[in-house]
Amino acid sequence: MTRKGRFLLPIIDIEDLGLDAGGHLLVKHGLLGVPPGGSLFVTGRSAGWEAQLSAWCRNQGHQFSFSAQDGVVRVTRGTAEAGRRLGAMHTGHADSSLDGAVAEQAQAGWGLSARGATVEAGSPAMHFRLDRKNEVWADGAADLYAQAVAAQWNPETAIDWHTPFELPDVVEDAVVQVLTYMIENEEAALIVPARFLGQLHPHFREVQAVLAIQVADEARHIEVFMRRLRMKGREPALSTAGGQTSLKTLLDETDFSVAGFLLSVLGEGTFVSLLNFLHAHAPDPVTRQIARLAARDEARHVAFGMNHLMSRLKQEPQLFTRLANAVQSRNDALSGTSGLNEEVFDALILLAAGEFTPKAIAAGYVRVQQLMLDMSEGRKARLEKLGFERETAQRLSSLHTRNFM
Amino acid sequence: MTKPLMMGAVAYAPKVITIWEGFKEYFRQHDFEFDYILYSNYERQVEAQFDGSIAIAWNSPLAWVRADRIARARGQQARAVAMRDTDRDLSSVLVVRGDSPVNDEPDKLKGKTIGFGAIDSPQANLIPRDHLRQQGLIAGRDYTARRFDVLGGKHGDHIGGERDAAVALMAGEIDAAWMIDGNHMAFSREGILPAGATRIVARTGNYDHCNFTVSPGADETQIARFTELLLAMRWDDPKVRHLLELEGLRIWLPGRISGYDLLMRAVDDEQFYDAEGKILVADYRY
Repeated sequence: MTRKGRFLLPIIDIEDLGLDAGGHLLVKHGLLGVPPGGSLFVTGRSAGWEAQLSAWCRNQGHQFSFSAQDGVVRVTRGTAEAGRRLGAMHTGHADSSLDGAVAEQAQAGWGLSARGATVEAGSPAMHFRLDRKNEVWADGAADLYAQAVAAQWNPETAIDWHTPFELPDVVEDAVVQVLTYMIENEEAALIVPARFLGQLHPHFREVQAVLAIQVADEARHIEVFMRRLRMKGREPALSTAGGQTSLKTLLDETDFSVAGFLLSVLGEGTFVSLLNFLHAHAPDPVTRQIARLAARDEARHVAFGMNHLMSRLKQEPQLFTRLANAVQSRNDALSGTSGLNEEVFDALILLAAGEFTPKAIAAGYVRVQQLMLDMSEGRKARLEKLGFERETAQRLSSLHTRNFM
Repeated sequence: MTKPLMMGAVAYAPKVITIWEGFKEYFRQHDFEFDYILYSNYERQVEAQFDGSIAIAWNSPLAWVRADRIARARGQQARAVAMRDTDRDLSSVLVVRGDSPVNDEPDKLKGKTIGFGAIDSPQANLIPRDHLRQQGLIAGRDYTARRFDVLGGKHGDHIGGERDAAVALMAGEIDAAWMIDGNHMAFSREGILPAGATRIVARTGNYDHCNFTVSPGADETQIARFTELLLAMRWDDPKVRHLLELEGLRIWLPGRISGYDLLMRAVDDEQFYDAEGKILVADYRY
């Protein structure tokens, strides 16, 4: 297609390919090898190719001159194409492990571009509130996302919905009450990352991906909890003011790190204990399966929260105080509520009892007491892993909402 | 506030507002007061150039011809001060389906039905008709002309007529269709003309398109500053590049009037305007 012509200028032969069929790509490619102001020759055979080339050159800002005698067109490259790269912005690198790959602050003018892209000057500014790396970044976010993708499960096939079981009405009612409570907790766990997702600069795409899949995880949890809840024809049970007030404080938190601390490290971490409890003690096989699968997802959410906070606390030790204050404030805000509602607490006992006999209830009660201890121990362990002193960890854990999440 | 330079433009598409608001902002940033009036058609815009409403007009080539004729008839002069790089040396092409017996011999068009754009389109009606006339082919006598009229008074700026003709060509309703050379590729990109399914069998001579036409009696200092600022717009400047892209140019060039001969001959032969710029054509609605 390309050969050297007279005067040693290249000749592009577009043969019988019209510019209405992609012929311009051959010319465009040829011009890449020519500096602005430089020329090449083009020749072709399709009917009217020179008229098409003339129009294309005019629109692209290249000069066109046709020699009827030789049947060739001389195209002189214009300077306009280079204009788009003048003052263009560099946006780091796609690979986050490279030096300078992820900016300390992502620019509004980078907009939606892929990290590493060259962004034309004059592109519209898009203001994302979360545009600072230290506010949102978590080492290992890409790995957590990859794990999450690999661990996705299909509710239809992962759960044996057709396994037959019958529970005493009072126990089935208890399961429904616990699931009613869990669904609204999962709603909070869906909405909090979803809100941040829309405020996060796309430059931090690994974090964006983690939040997106968390939202999808929670949507799936809500679906399977609801499906189990309705298996025996029940409607959801009681939703309490105290429970919702506790969750609302999570929705009201606007700081990404503080929200992650309260929701993921303390809340979802506690939720993992609850799900493990249900996996071990739920009275029916479907609830046990659901709890096992959901616990796996929630553990990843906790890991992301921990990674993010460990990254940020390393650079900003003063954040320890803010996190501690946030727990205290939340406790203060909730001091007027009753904490975990009686219905849920009692339902957990019945659920763990499995039958309505004094002996079974006694066993259920002990299991729920053990659950409370496990939850508190888990919170303390995570707080200490973040770097809180043992005593502070003990105190903060005890201040955590009695509503679990 | 100084009296702004008033410019006329025709609202042939919604983007026209974006373009001229952007220009207004650009001029204002250079301490030059500028405002614009939008007209629904070029005929009223040209007439406004002679009643003191506007000092300059962004004119189609046909509007330029009319303004020039009216000015001469009044013993005045209209001037073209600037145009886009893309306004120079356009041509129109006659397109047939790939399997058509029509080739570049004019006689092959005899008895055929040929599609044209809007009645007032220089590129898809007037100049193409003139081209065929020069080849000895007259509409109604040698071939059947089918007009695809969209938005009269816009002088073909709205390319809907050309597009409709291209659609009719592929539907087999007509044997050939005229379009501006660049639209052959554009319609191919839109998928209206499948790649390689059409052939170009004729091409008009080169002609120029729009220009900024100065109204007789306009303030020369203002016109000079306007032209200076316009020609200083740079594609490399991200603040104005999107405006230039919308208006379809890379650089503004000084106006020239050497590229309107084909159109002037067509206007006479097709009896569109008389020598004084009066509208002659009967079925022209705008």
